[in-house]
Amino acid sequence: MSLNLLIAGFGGQGVLFMGKVAAYTAMVEDKYVSWLPSYGPEMRGGTANCSVCIDDKEIGCPLISEPETLVVLNRPSYDKYVNAVLPGGHIFIDSTLIDVTCERKDIHVHYVPCTQMAQDSGMKQLANVVMLGNVLKETGFTTFDVLCKAMEQCVPPKKKDLLEPNLKALKLGYEYQG
Amino acid sequence: MGQKYLMKGNEAIAEAAIRAGCKHFFGYPITPQTEVAAYMAKQMPKIGGTYLQAESEVAAINMVLGAAAAGVRAMTSSSSPGISLKTEGISYIAGSDLPCVIINVMRGSPGLGGIQPSQADYWQATRALGHGDFQVIVFAPSSVQEIVDLLGKAFDLAEKYRMPAMMLADGMLGQMMEPVEFPETEPKMAEKPWAVTGHNNERPHNIINSLYLTPSDLEEIVVNRFKRYDEVKKNEVMYEAYQAEDAEFGVVAYGATARVVKSAVNQAREKGIKVGLLRPITVWPFPEKEVAAFGNQVKKLLCVEMSMGQMIDDVKLAVNGSCPVEFYGRTGGVVPSPAEVLKAIEEMAK
Amino acid sequence: MAIVFQKTKELTDKPTHYCPGCTHGIIHRLVAETIDELGVGGKTIGIAPVGCAVMAYDYFSCDMVQAAHGRAPAVATGVKRARPDNVVFTYQGDGDLAAIGTAETVHSATRGENITIIFVNNAIYGMTGGQMAPTSLPGQVTQTTPYGRDVSYSGFPVRVCEMLSTLSGVAFAERVAVNNPANVRKAKAAIKKAFTAQIEKKGFSIVEILSTCPTNWGLTPVNALNWLEENMIPYYPLGNFVDKTKEGVR
Repeated sequence: MSLNLLIAGFGGQGVLFMGKVAAYTAMVEDKYVSWLPSYGPEMRGGTANCSVCIDDKEIGCPLISEPETLVVLNRPSYDKYVNAVLPGGHIFIDSTLIDVTCERKDIHVHYVPCTQMAQDSGMKQLANVVMLGNVLKETGFTTFDVLCKAMEQCVPPKKKDLLEPNLKALKLGYEYQG
Repeated sequence: MGQKYLMKGNEAIAEAAIRAGCKHFFGYPITPQTEVAAYMAKQMPKIGGTYLQAESEVAAINMVLGAAAAGVRAMTSSSSPGISLKTEGISYIAGSDLPCVIINVMRGSPGLGGIQPSQADYWQATRALGHGDFQVIVFAPSSVQEIVDLLGKAFDLAEKYRMPAMMLADGMLGQMMEPVEFPETEPKMAEKPWAVTGHNNERPHNIINSLYLTPSDLEEIVVNRFKRYDEVKKNEVMYEAYQAEDAEFGVVAYGATARVVKSAVNQAREKGIKVGLLRPITVWPFPEKEVAAFGNQVKKLLCVEMSMGQMIDDVKLAVNGSCPVEFYGRTGGVVPSPAEVLKAIEEMAK
Repeated sequence: MAIVFQKTKELTDKPTHYCPGCTHGIIHRLVAETIDELGVGGKTIGIAPVGCAVMAYDYFSCDMVQAAHGRAPAVATGVKRARPDNVVFTYQGDGDLAAIGTAETVHSATRGENITIIFVNNAIYGMTGGQMAPTSLPGQVTQTTPYGRDVSYSGFPVRVCEMLSTLSGVAFAERVAVNNPANVRKAKAAIKKAFTAQIEKKGFSIVEILSTCPTNWGLTPVNALNWLEENMIPYYPLGNFVDKTKEGVR
């Protein structure tokens, strides 16, 4: 199973962290992986995005311009990338923040109110993680167990108390029926 | 090999250098290489090493000169505009026959340019890292693991041939994370009887110097240095051939661009185009013979770079007219997509 | 026969290339005597500048590195950080230290880099044939100020010791001159104090030495000594500017 994932949103929405957790699933499963962030001044308050490639073979270009799986966490990112998704691919839309109906018929469209869901569960900061849980559910790029192990590796020992809510958020997204 | 880590290229550069026995790092902040310095700042105190933030790139490279003269493994790191500032010091280091490692995480230029990935410093790295007749061994890794594999070698060869070595990376390699394993072998430091360590009244004084006012003296020094460069050319060329064996069309690309090309080559093969890639891993010394042989094998060559076309000069020199050499490039920080490169391959194969 | 005078072993036998009457020779000797008297020749590493003293690496008996123009303090920093127990000094002129190398000078000082700088100020670029230096005096005629240094146009001379004395990393800064025997003795004492401060790891030390350039000043050696006394000392007052050699800078 390979993954070709582009995540895009505002700086501060946890775009890079979300990509990092996805990338770590490949570490758990000993696969090839690359994680490439956008960088520079745009990281502060502007748009942020992150490309994650996972494969059984060596990764060629780590920069994704035509994603198989796209996650958009704000409207500008939706507008910028919606037409780049490969036919047969997936788009995940944070429907709390993006009020839009996707017209494309050749891709799987998932509306996930992850911001609202996170807020309702008292995990305001974890909308990104909720979304990641749902990406896994719909694409099956790995198993839930592996994703939880990846999360364990991404939460630093100093912030161990954050692990449990993160796992809870993953589960919330994973169990969400759109 | 031991544990696998998911690491940014910039962090891997720093960790690999430390594992290669580099305990002296002198830097100055510039995007997109700053994580190298940040990692060094964090780790060096733990191992009794030196991380020093210099007042300028100029000072940083001269601190490297001093530390290298004193016999230790020393390194500095920067991105394109900062490397321009270092060129004075690099020329002095080369002229003083000192070993060191310099990292260039290339970004768009000229001038302040941009901060996105670029390969527009190829000419500078292979032709003109300062004034004068000299060369620097230049490695062009294309993955985070390769950075790690080459960094220890860079120090080893710098010491063996007493010359600077450069790791020519780019913003994409510096910023991306990939799994890496670090070699578990202990670094082998060269004997340095020439170093300024204090003579302890046991030997004549050592002098580290690049000044020779008598032209015939300077000529002799430079000519002898070029004899060493010939040895480097003979012994240290590195390259990768990808899908090249039965190729009728060839692509030459290095660094991060070569990864994009690999994706495009795979797609072209699926379409039935017999195309292969030759990827120089050392760009100085350039794999001249290998590119020449590739040129003889294929009908056409395509050079792909993140610049307006710089390595293509070396490709053309190597093939020496034996086959047409075409070019596809993006510059200013734009990374070519596999689809664009595929199109260029299809054009070539028409 | 009793030996009443001999050359210090910390200078080599190589004849220097300095012009007749130039006081670089005196300063070399003072530095070398200091190294000898402190017994640190075996562990001293000197950094030669670009300028008249470019070939100082041939004259001092200790290990030497020749640096790019103005970069000696950065090179010294690299050497010292690699070998903190060695004694590291730079020997620099005014163009090297106070023009092209100002950043390296100021920052090695403010870092409290544990090195010693011997700063030879003769108010002119000697090696290149007598151009305006950052320390050339107002009205001073040089090849590039043929009508005299006009401060309204070329700006004012830099007083290095005064400038550096504002920095917390400086353990010792003193200005001396070598225009007469009494001043030469004071210069020696200052140099020794500066080296001692380094050996005791007290911080950055600098000795600014007013020196002559008879050739480019267009004066006889004796008149050059007088010119220094009458023109340079009033603008560059002799004396100590910082002395934290007891307590250190940290």
